[in-house]
Amino acid sequence: MSELIRLESIVKSFDDTVVLNGINLSVAENEFVTLLGPSGCGKTTTLRIIGGFERPDEGRVFFDGKDITNMPANQRPVNTVFQNYALFPHMTVGENIAFSMRVRNKPESYIKDKIKYALKLVNLDGFDGRRIDQLSGGQQQRIAMARAIVNEPRVLLLDEPLGALDLKLRQEMQYELVRLKKELGITFLYITHDQEEALTMSDKVVVMNEGYIQQEGTPEQIYDEPVNAFVADFIGDSNILPGQMTDEKLVRINGVDYPCIDGTEQGFPPGRLVDVVIRPEDIDILPYGQGQFNGTIISKLFIGVHYEMLVQSEDGNIEWLLQNYDQHDVGEKIGMKVDPENIQIMHKPKSEAESARELDL
Amino acid sequence: MIAKKRFAVPFIIWIIAGTVIPLASIAYYGFTSRSGGFTFANITAMFQHDHMQALGLSLLLALISTVICLVLAFPMAMVLRGSKYGKQGFLIFVIILPMWMNFLLRTMAWQVLLERQGVINSILVAMGLPRQEMMNTPGAIVLGMVYDFLPFMILPIYNTVSKIDNHLIEASYDLGASRVKTFTSVVLPLSVPGIVSGVTMVFIPALTTFVISNMLGGGKINLIGNIIEQEFTVNSNWYLGSGLSLVMMVFIIASMLLLQKFDKTGGENLI
Repeated sequence: MSELIRLESIVKSFDDTVVLNGINLSVAENEFVTLLGPSGCGKTTTLRIIGGFERPDEGRVFFDGKDITNMPANQRPVNTVFQNYALFPHMTVGENIAFSMRVRNKPESYIKDKIKYALKLVNLDGFDGRRIDQLSGGQQQRIAMARAIVNEPRVLLLDEPLGALDLKLRQEMQYELVRLKKELGITFLYITHDQEEALTMSDKVVVMNEGYIQQEGTPEQIYDEPVNAFVADFIGDSNILPGQMTDEKLVRINGVDYPCIDGTEQGFPPGRLVDVVIRPEDIDILPYGQGQFNGTIISKLFIGVHYEMLVQSEDGNIEWLLQNYDQHDVGEKIGMKVDPENIQIMHKPKSEAESARELDL
Repeated sequence: MIAKKRFAVPFIIWIIAGTVIPLASIAYYGFTSRSGGFTFANITAMFQHDHMQALGLSLLLALISTVICLVLAFPMAMVLRGSKYGKQGFLIFVIILPMWMNFLLRTMAWQVLLERQGVINSILVAMGLPRQEMMNTPGAIVLGMVYDFLPFMILPIYNTVSKIDNHLIEASYDLGASRVKTFTSVVLPLSVPGIVSGVTMVFIPALTTFVISNMLGGGKINLIGNIIEQEFTVNSNWYLGSGLSLVMMVFIIASMLLLQKFDKTGGENLI
């Protein structure tokens, strides 16, 4: 896959507030890339810079090897699906979809076919005469997609397109989007603050915070090997604990030594203070006294597939979050163990201010 | 329901006293001759040559003023839309500021400026240029109308354009439209409700004014408003005045209906 979009050290501020702090990003042709982060992390600004709605203060934007930093939005070979859809309320569905083609003076017969094709693609056959205010949120979302793709962009930019939909519809639309992406064979650059959405749809996830890229990788990498506490915390439930390397591939958490798979080679020599991430589903429950450590269950929630429990360590210092298919009662004393490969060792941020920033590894 | 209806009573009394009774009286006088019998003469009097001339001139000057107001107001409304919040408030304040002064005073101020011995002519003479006859011309009346009614055009248009979602404009660019195309295909159609109310609020008072034409036309230029006023005050012919007023009302209603045709977005209908 060849590179289609490249951002080089993009810096952007609004009224003295630095929103983007030197973003470098590469998006390959036909890739589904998701920018993931909390609100205010700079993901929307990044998208707007690619769409041409904002100019970066510093840095360059390349498209297919060409510098498009100063190219106006209406000449860029990308199209955007806006968060609030931005459908033209004074036009019908058909007129909305036809807009970009009429701007380009395409023949009416071509436009007609294209509208038909696009409506079929988003499963809204025969909607061309409808008014925008007659559509539900989900339908508007589909029309916004249809309007953006008839122009045959090489990249579709999607700014939290499912944000305004309810949960059920959102899950349906996730499948729709992946299907559309496959049928169209174009690159998707997707923005969301929903980690589940990011993990289910993307080829590559880019986690952002405070204007820095925290981590880039496949959904599996991001989930299984978060590079810092922010990523671990943002992606799914996790136990994030302070620890110290006591020996080669041995980490001490709350007075107990656990074998792990990271050592000097990975940059964690004995003596180094670290953060440790253990996913709640990776903690196994054993009879009391038979595990690596013991605790008492202090609360239990049934959440559909599994139970979620809070377990207090015996010295009372730590509360562990556990997810397990088996039922245990509140008050029960249990033993627990974690396999070495499920212990993810991370660098500690060097200072409080740096805690959210990109770490040089 | 009954309790709620009770709150409408003051308004209903107001409407009956201020609108229904006067309208009914005008209708009565309009179809009554001096001798007291029923007649169409007061209505058909509009077709007399001098009345038609006045009506034509009124329509023309009102139309010119409205177009000038529109051309001035739209860019101003767009500038307001684009400016920062604090600055926006200040600009609106500046636009409304003249309205704090009495309408007659403001119009009188133009007399002082435009007179033969007035401020503008003094400046022209001082610069060695010939004196201009500016008072008592149709141009002076149009100037007065634009000056007095411009805020009524800016505010409704600003109100509408400020509500246009910026994402719609961005979407238009995103889909490849130029600035001109974005303006004509997105901004302008979405501004129609504001334009319609602005045009209504300028065109109707401009069509019926007699104060501005009295003060800046020096009684030499007769608009239809002046003729109706003279029938009521100078000639004490309430019958003819009412008849002509009724014809004017038809013109106003017709122009409002015409305007509504443009406002396809529906919603706030004026009639």
